[in-house]
Amino acid sequence: MAALGLDFTLPLRDFELTLALDVERTVALVGPSGAGKTSVLRVIAGLARPVRGRVVLGDDVWLDTSRRISRLPEERRVGLVFQEYALFPHLSVRRNVAYAGRERAPELLERFAIAHLADARPADLSGGERQRVALARALARDPAVLLLDEPLAALDAHTKSQVRGELRELLRELALPTLLVTHDYEDAAALADEVGVLVDGSLRQLASPAELVARPRDAFVASFTGANLLYGSAVRSGDVTEVRLSTGEQLFSTDDAAGEVGVVVYPWDVSVAREHADDSALNVVRGEIGSVFEVANRVRVRIGPVTAEVTASSAGRLELEKGGIAYATFKATGTRLVPL
Amino acid sequence: MRRLPAAAFVFLSTFVALAFLALPVVAIFTRVTPGRLVAQLGNPVVTDALLVSLRTTLFAQALVLLLGTPTAYALATRRFRGRSLLVTLVELPLVLPPAVAGIGLLAAFGRAGLLHTTIPFTQAAVVLAVSFVASPLYVRAAIAAFEGIDPDVVAASRTLGAGPVRTFFRIVLPLARGGLGAGAALAFARGLGEFGATIMFAGSLRGVTQTLPLAVYSEFDVNFDVALAVSALLVVISAALLVTLKWLPSASTSRFRFATSS
Repeated sequence: MAALGLDFTLPLRDFELTLALDVERTVALVGPSGAGKTSVLRVIAGLARPVRGRVVLGDDVWLDTSRRISRLPEERRVGLVFQEYALFPHLSVRRNVAYAGRERAPELLERFAIAHLADARPADLSGGERQRVALARALARDPAVLLLDEPLAALDAHTKSQVRGELRELLRELALPTLLVTHDYEDAAALADEVGVLVDGSLRQLASPAELVARPRDAFVASFTGANLLYGSAVRSGDVTEVRLSTGEQLFSTDDAAGEVGVVVYPWDVSVAREHADDSALNVVRGEIGSVFEVANRVRVRIGPVTAEVTASSAGRLELEKGGIAYATFKATGTRLVPL
Repeated sequence: MRRLPAAAFVFLSTFVALAFLALPVVAIFTRVTPGRLVAQLGNPVVTDALLVSLRTTLFAQALVLLLGTPTAYALATRRFRGRSLLVTLVELPLVLPPAVAGIGLLAAFGRAGLLHTTIPFTQAAVVLAVSFVASPLYVRAAIAAFEGIDPDVVAASRTLGAGPVRTFFRIVLPLARGGLGAGAALAFARGLGEFGATIMFAGSLRGVTQTLPLAVYSEFDVNFDVALAVSALLVVISAALLVTLKWLPSASTSRFRFATSS
């Protein structure tokens, strides 16, 4: 399986998009909207032309500005699934899928469980069905690279979790170099082997989801991956670092740092208590409960400046309610310090 | 108490406006008996004019579609300096007085004109005059129809292996169909009624350049019934075109119509 290699610069309206990346398995680019994520896919597909750079698939050169090579979109073996799917509204599902490859269409209609919709028009389908048609249509071309633009964004919350599972399964089976872009870190982490954080046209960090959470390179990466981000100034004291927060609390971390820092702690590393417990956790934040709301099978609790995630049964047992006083505790070993 | 006069005013002005618009059309059909109207259609002046009109309008229509469609597509999909100037140029004949169009065509294609041709006062001149005044209606509608197509759908076709030509015929053209049809019908109606530019640039020679509107003009002080019959014919054709136009999905709603009809 040939890997996809990218290295290019594309001027966008407000900034320059520069990216160097090798895609062997599934890579997700995450970032806020307007970070240039979709433009990356358009460059690979040949729909946007960078001022400088190369796009190669193994030994096959799709773009090389220094050699004046730029293959047309129809000459690149990509399967691009657009964010809004871009299905052909005037063609039936069958003819949408058969557009790129008549031979593979029947098999793909079966595989994506859309054979019974073969004569329907895209407008008559649900969001999940449209996505399956878009995937089937892209695969009918027998692509060497799969590109997915916000594959889950157009789906409602209920459909989304189901589709996410199916999509992960599909990507594993296909084993194609896949680049997907999303604004949702959780989707990226669930679908991809490697996640790159793209901000204002440049890649801040590229790592496995576990690595990103364990060692976020900067404050933006940390908050984007779902961490609490607190601000304070650090002083080294013995084998721990003391951080005095701008809100007055004193926290400890095993990370080495000095000066102004961001304190990173993930909600699932934070314990919640109604009384001050004397345990091994060095960091204790006492605060008013700002909000309590359920996310899937967990409950997110805001205590002062810290967000914690606990199970629903814990939340019930502790009688967590908005306005009450609670303690958020977390270990110094689970507290990361990042430069600002 | 003030509402009553207001309502009465709205009712009255609507009635007057509708009556004013309908009266001349009704008059054409009621001035003489329908039998005499139909009988006049056999008059050689009428049949000659009908043939000239059909031939020149169809020719002009083909010209407008063949050249106007690629022009409109280029103007709709490309962004370049001077684009709005070109769009304005394309729309100019729409607001130009027909007499000015006729003079312009003579100045361009006349014997003493820029290009020194022998086109004036031939049937080709009618075709040119009709194309000149009718094309903006088609090109404008076509630009709007092409601009209404989701660029991602066109891009999707390319990434699925279809080149620009296949993409145009399989995706772009079917999706723009409604708007293109509406524009073509409008241009056809305008071309069929063309008078000012034609009489100046092509004259009014019976059987050669005398179209239906020109026949109305030349006959109305010779044989008023013939003028009435030709007018009635034009009203029927125009009304038929208008009905076709309403029935076609228009440019602005074509995507919606396509999306919901299955």
